[in-house]
Amino acid sequence: MLQADLNTILPEIILACFAMLSLIGAVYTSKDKAAGLLVWVTAVIYVIVGLFIATRTTPETAFHGMYNADGFARFAKVVILFSAAAVLIMGQEYMARRKILNFEYPVLVTLAVLGMLVMVSAGDLITLYMGLELQSLALYVVASLRRDSIKSTEAGLKYFVLGSLSSGLVLYGSSLVYGFSGTTLFSGILASMSEGQAPLGLLFGLVFMVSGLAFKVSAVPFHMWTPDVYEGAPTPITAFFATAPKIAAMGLFARVVFDAFGGIVGDWQQILACISLLSMFLGSIAAIGQTNIKRLMAYSSIAHMGYALMGLAAGTAFGVQAMLIYMSIYIVMNVGAFAFILSMERDGQPVTDISALKMYSANNPGRALAVLILMFSLAGVPPLVGFFGKLYVLRAAYEAGLGWLAVLGVIASVIGAYYYLRIVFYMYFGESSDPLETPKSPVLWSLLMVSAGIMVLGVINLFGIEGLAEAAAMTLVN
Amino acid sequence: MIGIEHYLTVAAALFVIGIFGIFLNRKNIIILLMSIELILLAVNINLVAFSSFLGDLAGQVFTLFVLTVAAAEAAIGLAILVCFFRNRGTIAVEDVNVMKG
Repeated sequence: MLQADLNTILPEIILACFAMLSLIGAVYTSKDKAAGLLVWVTAVIYVIVGLFIATRTTPETAFHGMYNADGFARFAKVVILFSAAAVLIMGQEYMARRKILNFEYPVLVTLAVLGMLVMVSAGDLITLYMGLELQSLALYVVASLRRDSIKSTEAGLKYFVLGSLSSGLVLYGSSLVYGFSGTTLFSGILASMSEGQAPLGLLFGLVFMVSGLAFKVSAVPFHMWTPDVYEGAPTPITAFFATAPKIAAMGLFARVVFDAFGGIVGDWQQILACISLLSMFLGSIAAIGQTNIKRLMAYSSIAHMGYALMGLAAGTAFGVQAMLIYMSIYIVMNVGAFAFILSMERDGQPVTDISALKMYSANNPGRALAVLILMFSLAGVPPLVGFFGKLYVLRAAYEAGLGWLAVLGVIASVIGAYYYLRIVFYMYFGESSDPLETPKSPVLWSLLMVSAGIMVLGVINLFGIEGLAEAAAMTLVN
Repeated sequence: MIGIEHYLTVAAALFVIGIFGIFLNRKNIIILLMSIELILLAVNINLVAFSSFLGDLAGQVFTLFVLTVAAAEAAIGLAILVCFFRNRGTIAVEDVNVMKG
């Protein structure tokens, strides 16, 4: 029995052992000199573990239901691992040139990724908490990795305080849920609500947990940490924040509302629809005045989380499928966008001001075209892939009887298109100023081009992700 | 007779004090860390009270996990705070303001 359970969590055990061994190995040997190599080794391990998870068959649950290894968890884990690998490779040069490539960086990222894998597999309140904290604690440290910079440490401090507060909210909710259902298992909580009726205490617990999780996905009104943390953290780390933790938090959100509270869809549907609506509008409107591209991406991610939550708010299997498709597309677009942001520099210094992009297309027509495709895709302009992500969530919301939310979502996306198009406008028509340099980096160039290529070629069949996401959603909602 | 509702009231009061400590505090970041500990403490009281009320051990196991993680969290919080103090020379809440938006 234990043997089978341990076999089910083998990928997590491998990652945990790898994190500890690489930490010890680096401390006792060459320390930071090996960091560049360690980044590559870590990325390769992620890809191998991702392929391993995708191809193996295990029992659906382990440890008496405390841990799920179903299709939903598998889908989310593969996306998390692949995006983390891409982001690690992407930031390596940038960090090495600025002398902040410590060997702790890949180790901490591995621990955070491990926490994310546990989060999307959680089948119990304790598993949920441990996964969430493993991820968060590693991310607090990573955010303030640049110890000698005021901005980076301030970002870490803000992230720490608000992140701990949100963990506290999740925990307080968990304690109420435990008290009023008598168990910490999600399946037990679901069984305790007979005939769609939940005691008041359980509803209070649900509201606290949803608020705490909304913090983690940076949904309005719990979004205030996002722009500051995105701006303050070093850019490769911002890229990491914008990708893997987002899908992990979304996966955890889906786990909680469907596995534990699937019997009272009507009770949480309204809350999710409301925070989704606020996120879409605030993300689209507040981004208009931004001049820093990292802050702009922060507001963009708030808006995108609003759309993903719209899929979740539908409360159907199709809604979860739409959410998974949306998140996968969002992550590919963000990897490409950050590959571009990482290559923005002048005199060897990173530049994050949007107006520095003026007439970028004159010197770099290829890159400018790729960024144009990515920005159009982020804005959801047909026929690029980003449009199909939006189409899926809008359809899910409409079919679930949330037509008003779908209509308002379209309006918000039109408002949001303005600031994406402004970047394109600067690149093609802005008055010429100091041109940006383009560091020769084949890694950044190829990631940008691959990501833009996916946005164009994906319109044929979305690379078959539709069927995979459907199978994954079916295992969560049944 | 002291029943479960008394414990829950104390826990809720501690939780609210913790939340207010985070949002109303204008002085010192150390107080923020203390407020976070207060929130986790409220959760622990809740869990232990429910655990003994339900006669179920899972709540106490949960409490041990929360205690362990709270210690790690405090360590990381203080470490980040020390880094921040070295750069900024102050730990007043109103001075955490380099980035605004």
